[in-house]
This record gives sequence, C-alpha cells and structure tokens, in this order.
Amino acid sequence: MKKQVTLLREFTKGLWEINPTFKQILGMCPTLAVTVSAINGIAMALATTFVLVFSSLFISLVRKWIPNQVRIASYIVIIATFVTIVDLVMKAQFVELSKALGPFIPLIVVNCIILGRAEAFASKNNALRSVLDALGNGAGFLISLFVLGSIRELIGSRSILGYQVLPNGFEPWIIMILPAGAFLTLGLMMGFANMFIERKKNLERESLIAQYKRAGREEITEEVLKEAGV
Amino acid sequence: MKQVAHIIATLTIIGIVAGGSLSLVNNWAAPKIALNQKAETERAIYLVHLDGKRYEEIKNSGFEVYKVFNESDSSVGYSLVYSGNGFQGKIKLMIGLTEDLNKITSIEILEQSETPGLGTKILEPPYKDQYKGLSPNPVIKLIKGVEPSNPNEVKAITGATISSRSVVAIVNEGTAKLKSLENKGASK
Repeated sequence: MKKQVTLLREFTKGLWEINPTFKQILGMCPTLAVTVSAINGIAMALATTFVLVFSSLFISLVRKWIPNQVRIASYIVIIATFVTIVDLVMKAQFVELSKALGPFIPLIVVNCIILGRAEAFASKNNALRSVLDALGNGAGFLISLFVLGSIRELIGSRSILGYQVLPNGFEPWIIMILPAGAFLTLGLMMGFANMFIERKKNLERESLIAQYKRAGREEITEEVLKEAGV
Repeated sequence: MKQVAHIIATLTIIGIVAGGSLSLVNNWAAPKIALNQKAETERAIYLVHLDGKRYEEIKNSGFEVYKVFNESDSSVGYSLVYSGNGFQGKIKLMIGLTEDLNKITSIEILEQSETPGLGTKILEPPYKDQYKGLSPNPVIKLIKGVEPSNPNEVKAITGATISSRSVVAIVNEGTAKLKSLENKGASK
C-alpha cells in the first residue's frame, strides 16, 4: 500500500514540486505557442484546467469499469468531449479569445498534461483526490503560462495584460513575440527554476550532515542520506 | 468472450454519452456561433463603406461579395471578401469598391499571419490607407523606394515586400473577378 498524502498536498504539489511546465515538462506545444501575451496564457491555462478537472473527475469515477486494454481510447474520448465543449463555448461566448488561441483549443485533446494526469493519477485514485490533483496541476500550468506570457508581452510589446508598462522610448523586442522568444524565455525560466530547486536541496543536505555530526554519527554514507530523503 | 463483450460495451456507452452531451452543447452554441460570424461579416462590410446601412449578398458569384446601400437606400458600391497567399499564410481582405468599380473606397485586413513587426505593418494606416481612393484601372502597381505619382500605385513596406505585394495581388485578383462578374451580368 502506498503512502497516503494529505489532501492539501495533492493540490499544492502541482504548483511547484511537479509543476507541469517546469518539472514534468508536459504540454510544451501550447506553452510555447500561445504565450505571446499574458491574457492568452491565462485563457489557455483556464481552458486546459477546465478540461483537466472534468476529465480527471470522470476518469476516476469510471476507472473501475474500464477494461485495461481500451483505457487510453476511453480516456481520449472523454477528454475530447470536454475539449469540444470548451471550444464551442468559447466560440459562442468569447469570440476574440477563441480567435487569438486559434487551433490550440482543439489541440488540448492531445495536451499530454491531461492524458498524463489521467494515466498517472486519475486512473488510480478516487474522485476527490483526482480533482484536487487536476486543480493543482492546472494552477501550476496557469502560473507558468502567466509568467511566461507576461515576460514575453512586457519585452515584446511593452505591456502586461494590455496595459502599457514600459515607456514609448523602449523599442519592443520583436523576437519575444516570435517563436524564438518563447524558446529563449522558457529555457531561461526552467534554468532558474532548477537552480533554485538544486540550491534548496543542497541546503537541506548540508543541514542534515551537520545535524548528524552534532549527534556524533561518524559514517555519513550516501545510503544514509538517501534514506533520509535528501 | 466475456472480456470482449465488456470492452465493446464500455466503448459503446462512452461513445453514446459523449455524443449525446456534445449534441446538447452544440444545440445551445451553434446559433450563437452563427450570430457571431454574421456580426463579424457585417462589421467588416461597413468598415470599408462607412456610409453603408444595408447590404445584400450577391449569390452564385463563387466568392463572397456584398452590394452595400446607404441611408437613402441607393447603392454605394461593393464589399468584396477575397483571400490569397501572404508571406507565411493566408491573407484575407475586405475590399470596398465604388458602384462603377473604378475606385477603391478602402481595404480592411480580416485575417493574416505575417511576421510580427514587419509583415504586420500591412495592418497599419501608412500602408493600408494608401488604398483609399485608389484606382484599380488597369491594375494596381507596387512601387519601391519612390513616392507614388499615379493613382494606381502603392508604396511597398520596407522589409516586407512580399506581404505588400501579396495584398496588391489579392486586391487586383478580387477586383478583376468582380469586373468579369459584372460584365457577365451586363451581357445577360
């Protein structure tokens, strides 16, 4: 039996620890393509979160009836249904956003975050945990898309969420709203994110070693440290 | 055997439920989507004919063209939707023409995917407004470097010659199509 974590952890782990963009590196296609502005990033992340939450909920509810051989096919049909609903609703109610996001709404079907969470989590856990996990991952996706979109919009068109922030004297870097800008920004963001995670890990490791030394424990081997989880 | 039945039943049920719920959503969304599209075309038609109040679609033309009428219900000309290849993708234009097809009232870019910062300058007034009052006879010419001196010349955008040329080509082609349609109509 695997260790049960608290319900709160199911949600918060998606924000940072297994953040879809920085740690799982899933859903790169929409991440790179739609983040020319912060609002596009938010809309994309919200649409994905909606699909993620509902498909996780349904998949976890029906997980026991679905034969193993056809599980992926079943998941995809469930996911595609919710994506089509989102697409139709956006076309009917949010014309401008739907135009800006273009083909990336229908493409949520093949966003690996959703199938990834369905396969890795929702198919093994109950409905409540699955929804919390989906919400956490969606929120993590939202944070990274918003930050990425804001940086690109700020440098590429001088504004954030449509409000001009930088003065007219600043010449916008066109590269930031081209695909190349997406790769550069995402690469740097991932680099910084991993740098902080590494640093935090090293600090924890050092403090543990110091603790062991104070306790008079002589042999600090790799195995001992591994057991302590650092 | 039992397992096969289980698999078939599962997929069938999922398919039915998915199809059913989608048709419900579509029933609600389809009229709204149609309404949005209509509103968008309408907006675009009046963009190139500011005095337009009413329009009629000319049917069986093979492309989208509308005859526009003003407040006193007399025709002010045509609004023509025409598209062609740009630098990276399709460019879709709304072209406004006077009744006798001798003058362009203005053009509006409906869709484009040109390079941001370069090709997208076709959206900006310095380029777009050149078409106001332009004469499409015999054809519109694209010129580089010098200022236009004839009523059928358009100055290219520096660094975006292909995008500028594409717009000219689309306007020329669309106008030519409309002219031949008019001639056919006259000969009948």
